[in-house]
Amino acid sequence: MTGNPAAPNSDQLSDEELLRRVRPVDWENPRPKGTYDLAIVGAGPAGLTAAESAKQLGLSVALIEGNRLGGNSLNAGSVPSKILVHAAALRAVLREAEEFCVSSPDELRVDFAAVMARIRRMRTRIAEYHSVDRLRHAGIDIYFGKAQFTTPDALIVGDARLRFKKALIATGAYPRPPNIPGIEEVGYRTSANIFNATDLPKRLAIVGGGPLGCELAQAFCRLGSEVTIVQNDPKFLPREERDAAELLSWSMARDGVIIRLNTTVIGAHMDSGVKMLDTIDYQAKGVVPADEILVSIGRVPHVEKLCLERAGIAYDREDGVKVDDFLRTTNHDVYAAGDVCMSHKFTNVAEASARMAVHNAFKSEQSGRSHLTIPWCTFCDPEIAHVGLQVWEARERSIPVKTFTVMMQDVDRAIIDRQGDGFVKIHVKEGTDKILGATIVASRASEMINEMSVVMSAGIGMRDLADVLHIYPAQSEAIRMAAVAYKKDCAGHADHRRHSSPDGISSK
Amino acid sequence: MDTLAALSDDALIDRLERGAFSYFAEYTNAENGLVADTSRDQSPCSIAVVGFALSCYPVAVERGWMSREAAAAQTLKTLRFFWSASQSDQPDATGYKGFFYHFLDMKTGRRVWQCELSLIDTTLLIAGMLTAGGYFDGGGDEPELRALADALYRRIDWHWAQNDTEIAAQGWKPECGFLHYGWDGYNEATILYILGLGSPTHPLLADSFGRWTSTYQWENMLGKDVLYSGPLFTHLFSHAWIDFRGIQDKFMREKRSDYFENTRNTVAVHREYAARNPRGYEGYGRDFWGITAGDGPVHQDLRENGRDTRFFGYMSRGVPCGPDDGTVAPWAMLATLPFTPEAALAGARHLLDAYPQVCTKDRFSSGFNPTLDDGSRGWLSEGWYGLDQGLLVMMIENARTGLIWKILRDCPYLRIGLKRAGFGGGWLSP
Repeated sequence: MTGNPAAPNSDQLSDEELLRRVRPVDWENPRPKGTYDLAIVGAGPAGLTAAESAKQLGLSVALIEGNRLGGNSLNAGSVPSKILVHAAALRAVLREAEEFCVSSPDELRVDFAAVMARIRRMRTRIAEYHSVDRLRHAGIDIYFGKAQFTTPDALIVGDARLRFKKALIATGAYPRPPNIPGIEEVGYRTSANIFNATDLPKRLAIVGGGPLGCELAQAFCRLGSEVTIVQNDPKFLPREERDAAELLSWSMARDGVIIRLNTTVIGAHMDSGVKMLDTIDYQAKGVVPADEILVSIGRVPHVEKLCLERAGIAYDREDGVKVDDFLRTTNHDVYAAGDVCMSHKFTNVAEASARMAVHNAFKSEQSGRSHLTIPWCTFCDPEIAHVGLQVWEARERSIPVKTFTVMMQDVDRAIIDRQGDGFVKIHVKEGTDKILGATIVASRASEMINEMSVVMSAGIGMRDLADVLHIYPAQSEAIRMAAVAYKKDCAGHADHRRHSSPDGISSK
Repeated sequence: MDTLAALSDDALIDRLERGAFSYFAEYTNAENGLVADTSRDQSPCSIAVVGFALSCYPVAVERGWMSREAAAAQTLKTLRFFWSASQSDQPDATGYKGFFYHFLDMKTGRRVWQCELSLIDTTLLIAGMLTAGGYFDGGGDEPELRALADALYRRIDWHWAQNDTEIAAQGWKPECGFLHYGWDGYNEATILYILGLGSPTHPLLADSFGRWTSTYQWENMLGKDVLYSGPLFTHLFSHAWIDFRGIQDKFMREKRSDYFENTRNTVAVHREYAARNPRGYEGYGRDFWGITAGDGPVHQDLRENGRDTRFFGYMSRGVPCGPDDGTVAPWAMLATLPFTPEAALAGARHLLDAYPQVCTKDRFSSGFNPTLDDGSRGWLSEGWYGLDQGLLVMMIENARTGLIWKILRDCPYLRIGLKRAGFGGGWLSP
């Protein structure tokens, strides 16, 4: 693939501008101004949110970043992956254009280098909202460099010693390194560097069937790679319910992704210049040849090299910094937020936990992370989103649960759009109209789940939800249809009780 | 011979029941009792099909299609084979730890295709053996037959198959150990847990059923409340042997339903789905449904209505969450006869009327897809599958006389298993 001839210039400018915004090359750290009210280690979504929250409280803030502002989300996670997914989705739609009586171009060429350049431009554009200039303007002292705690109330960055009243650890997480013999020699990519690729791999092997692995498997396949995804579990997306994960499997298979479930990668080697993954499954041993390997097997918290011991902060290499429900570490002046301590490693959770940690550190009333209503989404096609409890979680807690399911194929707007794959499932505490959680599989589940998040946070029950006017035709009408089904069901049960009254006399 | 369509309901189901049973006469190796998985050349034996065959011999005796002596002799031959076949961890054994490999060579009875030691298929086999043991209560060959059925059941090490986990594994292979397919949610495994729990020798742990059922989802969909599982067969297999009418476990007590009622409601969901026909498949309607596991077309790159639709081959299809490629299992509607007789008959009659090619020699084929029309009125699976024929015989018989249900109600292991799984009420009441 060749790039757009005009691209290098604007891309170069974009890259320079990005650095100006997230890590200026000529940066000099400020001199510490006495004891900071809050020292924040890490300037990803959690650190940036914490800095802004703290400034709103009128606090003095030091924000320390070892790499670039924006963290994983901007640089290697949510933002770049969604740009790739969008380009891939567009190509998939164009391939189906005839379905809508619109002729599609004969050749759907993908300029991969240009897609990657667009990732960098979009990243630059989004970086403006949390740029170095803006933060500095807001009175936040930014330090670039590796932070290490020296005592329970101080840390060093380079040769600067920062004393703090409170500190927040928001160092995030990094891609889990694979434990696959031979893979270091063969070479592989992770989310940290897949978006630096300049050529579309002809054959891409993806190890790991979590959200990022699935998103990128489908996206690269739609862009033209021959993709094989290897997952050691029997299903993709271990956090999701069976039907959602299965729907995703079929959807990926329809796109042409080669799916290897229940398959473990046991080694890697080169054969005539081709990367080979050695696999084993229930049938036999096998190999997956590839030009590029992407390993996406989860993320591990950044806890090392921070000298947390010196500050009396307990941690675990797997689970990260140990925090209580109020995000306080074992050093009661130090809090943690985001991927470094939360099991849900999502940008929205990082931001919410950061706001909560700052609030808890400086305000008398405390709020606990266990009360967070967390929506999340995997951006495949269809998207798979969830909020609140899963059915199995409710049942483990002995909460009787009933699910109201509406198939997207029964929703007018989805029929019109030919986006009928998927469903809305709302989990309700039986005998009440209290909503415990929801799973949505739909083209725009990421948008639809937000309604459920609002509904649950506001404590709106199924009865009231059924009476809320929704736009017609809109796919989110499926949510109201589920609530209407609830009301009908209640009426039916009441009817049934009347009809089966002990005296046997129908009240009809 | 009369056309099927001209027959009365009673005559029709009698003819189809006998037609289905005739598969076993044609595709059983009389030397060892092994039954071919399908009617196709070189088909190996499927142990599940043997389980269905053993369950159907009592039906044949009662209906006068076979003498009691011949049925008992054939059953005894089969049990003797399984009792004496090699049980070891060698890759070409017939079984291990009392379980058997899913597919066996029709002649030698040894494992083929590097297939798995299968829990669910051994369950269906042993359910057939227990049915035989319960039915043949006389003299002659019958005491040995009963003793062997009992010994084969007692030999199964269900506890081993839990592999120190909370629930049963789904299989095992000498090459790689235990297999887990991630069987979350309701499926056909109810009978596996019940027979596993009922064992006097090596039972499953008492709370395994509770652990499995904790993955159930109770859903209101398409206007019905159901314990959801997509493929229709998952709502039928355990019911071929167990009469779930009026008995309830903890889950069903909580939901004020039972598994029998649940299958009835599931049929309603399947019919409603077919009537809505969201994907616009040919033929679908209130009397054309039956989406389940079965044979289907494989056309990798066929473009259907402009969209790249893949057909799935032999696989488990489901409703309403899919997968659905327009393929139905022609036998499936009639197999719901004990639950929803009107729907079963209306569907079967419509199918025979509109697409008579799905039933040859009075046996329904495994899969039919009228959407994939290559000029020959739709894609049709070649020949027959033994599983379909056996299930159909049992379901028709249960609808007509309840014969299999009655035999198994008196099986002490089944009763104990049901009670250990928390079932009570109805015919289980003391």
